[in-house]
Amino acid sequence: MSGFTNNIQFVYVLAAACFVIGLHLMNSPATARRGNQVSTAGMVIAIAATLILMIHYGTVTATGWIVLITGALIGSGVGLYAARTIQMTAIPQLVSMFNSVGGGAAALVAIYGYYYAESHAGGVLGTTTVFTVLDVIIGSVTFSGSIIAAGKLQGLIGGQPIVFKGSRLLNLVLAVVAIGTAAYMLTTASLLALLIVVLASLGFGVMMVLPIGGADMPVVISLLNAFTGTAVAMAGFVIGNWALIIAGALVGASGGILTKLMADAMNRSLVNIIVGGFGTGDSAVAIGGPVDAQVRSIAADDAAIQLAYASKVIIVPGYGLAAAQAQHGVAELGKLLEDRGIEVSYAIHPVAGRMPGHMNVLLAEANVPYPELVEMDEINPEFARTDVALVIGANDVTNPAARRPGNEISGMPILDVDQAKSIIVIKRSMGHGYAGLDNELYYNPKTSMYFADAKKAMTELTSAVKTLVA
Amino acid sequence: MSTALVTDLTIFVLALLVGIEVIGKVPATLHTPLMSATNSIHGIVLAGALLIGVTAHNWVGYVLAFIASLFAAANVVGGYVVTGRMLKMFRKKAPQVSQESVESLDGHKGLKGLAGKVGIGRAQS
Repeated sequence: MSGFTNNIQFVYVLAAACFVIGLHLMNSPATARRGNQVSTAGMVIAIAATLILMIHYGTVTATGWIVLITGALIGSGVGLYAARTIQMTAIPQLVSMFNSVGGGAAALVAIYGYYYAESHAGGVLGTTTVFTVLDVIIGSVTFSGSIIAAGKLQGLIGGQPIVFKGSRLLNLVLAVVAIGTAAYMLTTASLLALLIVVLASLGFGVMMVLPIGGADMPVVISLLNAFTGTAVAMAGFVIGNWALIIAGALVGASGGILTKLMADAMNRSLVNIIVGGFGTGDSAVAIGGPVDAQVRSIAADDAAIQLAYASKVIIVPGYGLAAAQAQHGVAELGKLLEDRGIEVSYAIHPVAGRMPGHMNVLLAEANVPYPELVEMDEINPEFARTDVALVIGANDVTNPAARRPGNEISGMPILDVDQAKSIIVIKRSMGHGYAGLDNELYYNPKTSMYFADAKKAMTELTSAVKTLVA
Repeated sequence: MSTALVTDLTIFVLALLVGIEVIGKVPATLHTPLMSATNSIHGIVLAGALLIGVTAHNWVGYVLAFIASLFAAANVVGGYVVTGRMLKMFRKKAPQVSQESVESLDGHKGLKGLAGKVGIGRAQS
């Protein structure tokens, strides 16, 4: 390693420091924007250092420059366009696509490294092969798996778990082929073997995500994010680049932590989600059983009266709210109640929405100030002194059955909605949540059911409250 | 084990620990922007994609370099832009003027909210 490349490595470490500081600043919404700017600065430094290094080597051909610059420009254009135009409800798909291309690029870097070393004197080094195959396997699985995840979220592929006869066996075969071939590569350098590893891993990525239900996607996206980070770190080992190693490790750690948080919040183990459990996705809502006699149903006017004369209201938004695109309606209603001097806050369960923290982004977009969005542990003691808890499109996370042993959601952390003095549930029908379980909250004598689409309900409620107040 | 490998592994392990430490402190409110931010950080793979060009002197190298740089550039540019877009929406409607973040009072939305809270005027949008 010459003095010059050492200097460049040091610049990479500086860039990595910017990434860490940027992430650190994200510990509060007030400083998070600055954090993103610091992180961006780090990235600019790292890319500039890379370009300087390339010029210093002086071996990049004219064609090479053209190819790289064209590729980077097209990629930037696509990324910029997607980032500018994407709807906030579709953020999980976009994140998934960025995971996909990131993982794909990491795999390609290692594939090229292997191809180059194999075709030149000295051949492929043992340790390099280890990192190469790890990078290729993880990167390829992420690439194809993330595309499937994005397709499911976008509704291009059915949200239900797709399982066919022998799919588990095929999964196993693909895994064995990928790992077996990779093991063979440790002893014998072979480009054909590398190709087999790539193909088997791509297949495995598809097969891994297909059987996972739409409701489990928050966990899958976190996991694939961790995978991408790890793949990038492995690429860093292959080409001996500290920027890639540090940045990849940071992302791997963050994805890992978020995956664990999500899985805990759903009371499911990662293995359970990957192998495929009871998750039936988001399709079950519309088909409901007959309305039980014990369930009390109310109309918009009655609900409006309860809300307008309350002194403290907690809104519990869930998956159904995002699906109905009702976040702006909710924000408007919340604002209206606040203007009447009513204390309004939002109870956010960790898995509300389609990825970790998604509900917060949706409500922030609808101009709900972030101090009103309260996390589960903080809001739970508040329910007891709440007049009305308004549940919109949330189901399993409010089911008191979770406190008892012996059912699918036992032990799952829930919002203590049933502690409120009165409860209004807005729901399209008496359908089940994705756990396929009856929600005992609906049979609570304090609960009134308001059967309507979330978006329509918000319009009706808001105008009913306005009429009442006027 | 070569010295280079030991160095690389040390850096990797320390970075993992730093990552765990830093990420653990991010509140759930920001988990989506956080994931988007880490998403843009793994766009650093663009550096790796560009470096393919240093030794790529035939069509295989050029093709791989082209696809890798395209993917990585989409990742890094899109990631940072969308993270910025999301974070811009998080605003705090400060109940009293004096405190904490002055940033949250930029944009008239914050001021309107303030007016509504204090009761200066009706905050209709």
